[in-house]
Amino acid sequence: MKPPRFLLGALFALVVQSNAPAWAVNPDERLSDPGLEGRARALSKELRCMVCQNESIDDSNADLAHDLRVIVRQRLTAGDSDQQVLAYMRARYGDFVLLKPPVDKATWVLWFGPFAVLLLGGAVIGIATRFRRPVPPAPPLSEDEARQLQTLLKSEPDPS
Amino acid sequence: MSLHDHVPPGRPFPRGARPFYLIPIIGFVALFVVFSLGLRKDPAILPSALIDKPAPSFDLPPLLADRPGLAQRDLKGKPVLVNFFASWCAPCREEAPVLAGLAASGAVAIYGIDYKDNPVAGRKFLEILGNPYQRVAVDAAGRTAIDFGLYGVPETYIVDAKGAIRYRLPGALTPENLQSEILPRLAALQRQP
Repeated sequence: MKPPRFLLGALFALVVQSNAPAWAVNPDERLSDPGLEGRARALSKELRCMVCQNESIDDSNADLAHDLRVIVRQRLTAGDSDQQVLAYMRARYGDFVLLKPPVDKATWVLWFGPFAVLLLGGAVIGIATRFRRPVPPAPPLSEDEARQLQTLLKSEPDPS
Repeated sequence: MSLHDHVPPGRPFPRGARPFYLIPIIGFVALFVVFSLGLRKDPAILPSALIDKPAPSFDLPPLLADRPGLAQRDLKGKPVLVNFFASWCAPCREEAPVLAGLAASGAVAIYGIDYKDNPVAGRKFLEILGNPYQRVAVDAAGRTAIDFGLYGVPETYIVDAKGAIRYRLPGALTPENLQSEILPRLAALQRQP
């Protein structure tokens, strides 16, 4: 017996709905122009959701993230450049809204700190090796020692 | 005499390298201090990008019949608190007694902005919990909130007499943060001519 059509429909609706949270960008937010929509998606991936903090607004289901995605699209539609959209967000939420922090005075330590530590470590190792006193060559074995060594080399290996 | 005698006893490293042993220990202590201090910080508390900048331009309609709405020009003249709230926000209920107490003390004018709320629910909220606001505006679209750099409700801003944002408190007002953060800043602003 074939299952009634409405049951299949209901099942389909259930599957579609259970998948819905996987797409944070809702269909009603999307722009019809694929070029603008592509820029909007790329920008949304660079902007932090201020509520969840470790997600981009492109990934987040938060209400504020939705509002910010809509604003990104409105500004692009109004003719803003990508830089102008980012500037709009930075004016309100500061550098923290950018998932990739800008290179400026406040973030020099963040960007160049690891390299500075690497150079510093290299310098320390370099200086340490440069000024290390060479280990004096081992004095030759005395007759006694040479004999001991020969005995040890010739002896059977310890069975244990 | 054994085979190992040519290594000077008690000095496994050359003399010149001695101070370098301390580097890992110093590094560990430094990292320990940095991380211990970092753990005490609440990552949710971030400085606003708008500190010491003029409040954004806005003009919002009133929520109540007997109280005016709020616009940027209303923020000039004296230091005020701008409090974003919503009827659907649980911490807003928690901070209501603190706001009511502050309003009753007459220490400062408190202006409210009802964020992305049903106006009927918003009015009901103030009816039940009491209205601490001299002005109450409706931000139905939440755009003014975004212009303020709001993360979520409740959030409270101190705006000085020139209309510049001086402080942002994310989350609910409590008797503690009122005493430690809000009142001292207000007092300092009110002392200024």
